[in-house]
Amino acid sequence: MSGLTKKIIAIAGASAFVSSAAMAADLTVVSWGGAYTKSQVEAYHKPWMAKTGKAIVSEDYGGGIAEIKAQVESGNVTWDVVDVELSDAIRACDEGLLEPIDHSILPPAPDGTPATEDFLPGTLHDCAVANIVWSSVYAYDSSKTRNWNKPTTMADFFNTKAFPGKRGMRKSPKVTMEFALIADGVPVSEVYNVLGTEEGVARAFAKLDTIKDDVVWWEAGAQPPQLLADGEVVFSTAWNGRVFNAKNAEGQSFEMVWDGQIYDLDLWVIPKGSKNKEAALDFVAFSTATEQLAAQASWISYGPARASSEARIGTFHSDDSINMADHMPTAAANFKNALQNDFEFWADNADQLNERFNAWLSS
Amino acid sequence: MSVSTLGYQAKTKNQSGHMGFPCDRYSLATFQPRFIFTMADSQTAPLEPITAADGTPLKKKLAQALFRSRVRAVSLVVPLFAFVMASFVIPIIALMWQGVYNDRFSSHMPNLTEQLTMWDGLTEPNEKMYEALVADLKTARADRTIGRAATRVNQESPGTRSLFTSTARKAKKLKPPFKESVIKANKKWDNIEVWQAMKITSQDLTPGFYATALDGRYTVDQGFVQQDENRQIYVKLFWRTMLISATVMGLCLLLGYPVAYLLATLPLRTSNLLMIMVLLPFWTSLLVRTTAWIAILQSQGVINDLMVFVGITADDARFSLIYNMTGTIIAMTHILLPFMILPLYSVMKTIPPSYMRAARSLGATPTMAFIKVYMPQTIPGIGAGGLLVFILAIGYYITPALVGGQDGQLISNMIAYHMQKSLNWSLAAALGGILLAGVLVLYWAYDKVIGIDNMKLG
Repeated sequence: MSGLTKKIIAIAGASAFVSSAAMAADLTVVSWGGAYTKSQVEAYHKPWMAKTGKAIVSEDYGGGIAEIKAQVESGNVTWDVVDVELSDAIRACDEGLLEPIDHSILPPAPDGTPATEDFLPGTLHDCAVANIVWSSVYAYDSSKTRNWNKPTTMADFFNTKAFPGKRGMRKSPKVTMEFALIADGVPVSEVYNVLGTEEGVARAFAKLDTIKDDVVWWEAGAQPPQLLADGEVVFSTAWNGRVFNAKNAEGQSFEMVWDGQIYDLDLWVIPKGSKNKEAALDFVAFSTATEQLAAQASWISYGPARASSEARIGTFHSDDSINMADHMPTAAANFKNALQNDFEFWADNADQLNERFNAWLSS
Repeated sequence: MSVSTLGYQAKTKNQSGHMGFPCDRYSLATFQPRFIFTMADSQTAPLEPITAADGTPLKKKLAQALFRSRVRAVSLVVPLFAFVMASFVIPIIALMWQGVYNDRFSSHMPNLTEQLTMWDGLTEPNEKMYEALVADLKTARADRTIGRAATRVNQESPGTRSLFTSTARKAKKLKPPFKESVIKANKKWDNIEVWQAMKITSQDLTPGFYATALDGRYTVDQGFVQQDENRQIYVKLFWRTMLISATVMGLCLLLGYPVAYLLATLPLRTSNLLMIMVLLPFWTSLLVRTTAWIAILQSQGVINDLMVFVGITADDARFSLIYNMTGTIIAMTHILLPFMILPLYSVMKTIPPSYMRAARSLGATPTMAFIKVYMPQTIPGIGAGGLLVFILAIGYYITPALVGGQDGQLISNMIAYHMQKSLNWSLAAALGGILLAGVLVLYWAYDKVIGIDNMKLG
């Protein structure tokens, strides 16, 4: 009964998620949409299609592994390559939802360094290959006249006296609680140790309490630039690439504060049972080559996952005066006080902290 | 249906075993009696002289015919019935089943499950249990299923997920005595609470998810206990969902009643125009309407700009009309308004204006006539609209997600979260089950108080 039950639910779920667009493609690549997907289409999809003569259908999704799970468990896998966050990649891999990826298929760097050494530490996993490093930061609109000096630290984000006004934050304990602790004076190297204790969680909530009435909660990555542009908030946490894109492609005068940034990876994974597994593996290997990762960085300010790509980062595709390397989360000036998202911590504590976060929100 | 057709059907199907003498009048009029005689002869049935069209008892024939026409009627409905079963009833039952049944742990940790069943849950875990644990961790690691069992235990006891995955990585190297080596690998295994959580999760049929959905916990030693206060959220959200739905229903009635009255009583030209104004937003996408409200209500939006312009409020003290409960109620009321207006209108349209005139001519004031004569006749419409709006509101999800902010979230947002993000489908099923039960209770109460027959949808 239970196997059948699961299958029924999975099929019902999958049929809701699956779009018919996936039918005629040689390869279906799924990513987060917007400027990010565009950067991948330009840097990965188009050259791969030119090389192999195969067609790629690009689909958008909103993250999470619910769709992958539904597809794999119903046996109706229509996605071939998916761009996921690290914690999701690890979790899906542990649950047997992904194809293992042999790292020997990844091309070496141009100077001959093998891929396993060329990729940044922690970017290669059993079922996943990272392509970018992205970051959560906070941003403000510098075109609006306000009676304050430029904010420079994470503590400024929580300082409603010196910087009055609404703040946008992502409606999720992830990143939000880390930001609170960093603002409360916890060194970045200690954040997860502190957050792992009951007192640490209470401390984070206490810090969040100080701005609770001033927070506008966002859920989709496209919202923060909109909230800032509308003047709905004075500060907003955001993904650095979105802010960069709003600034340089859409002419907004947003500034980012890199202090206390929390960076994370996006990785390619292949759902178990993909019908185009060979092509999917070829695409993953092709797109994570030094050239392609460097090319993507000229479309959006997310850092490549390979050391050899960093030296090849050029200028913004539509504006030669913008040197992309300066805008990466990993650029030296931006990386001074940075924290890597701890996927293991969140895999363990997401359920509990989500409940507490939601209880706190509605109290 | 005439008797002759009955006879024809019986003959062609040739299914009667009691072939008696045909009634001359009918059989001669319609069929060839010879054929029937042949049949009767070949079956060598006892010849009973009874009235029938072609030898069958008439009563039986009629029943057969009625049965056949019923089969035909049913067969027309079968495709719809099958569709509803396959796409609606079975998935719902399957999902409800998930709310009490979860074999994620037992199917991936079979040896340990066996040991845990024998364990009383209070004494120190023994060597055999540790041995079973190591054996299962090894297989689960090899099959890449360790995450499934670990996620399940983590739902009961936060922070244990990595305990499983990290120990599974080392499982191959663990040597007997296992109790020592496992605890050496990670000292958390010495904690009896981890084992109690595993015992809970090893039971496939469990009330645990319903307990969680009601802000409780199901434990080995104490049975049901209250969840820690700072993690209690669901009961509160259920109440809030009810409250917001009731508020939205009340507002819809308040706003919709006069509009429906106008629609029903104005001359056709004007009322048609008004009808278009009601239906046009009704046909517009839900998302478009919700985002339009964001543009109108946000602090830099139309309403606030107007307030500041007129001088009702200062520029730095704009009203918070959105990303809170107010925003949810405003947007939901607007979106659900047509579901109130349309049933009301269809009922009001059938009320003859002469009743009101009669009441007036008998000396009632206009208010009196309206309250005593007109309003009672609209109750079926109020009931239908109210129930429709309330039940739709209870399951609302996208609008609260977009404009709800922190205190405008409904229980359906939590269900969506557990379906899509935490992937705790069993908890989502339990929450959905409670919501469904709540709606059924309300429906039952409605039937008792007002009577479902009095409802009129159009």
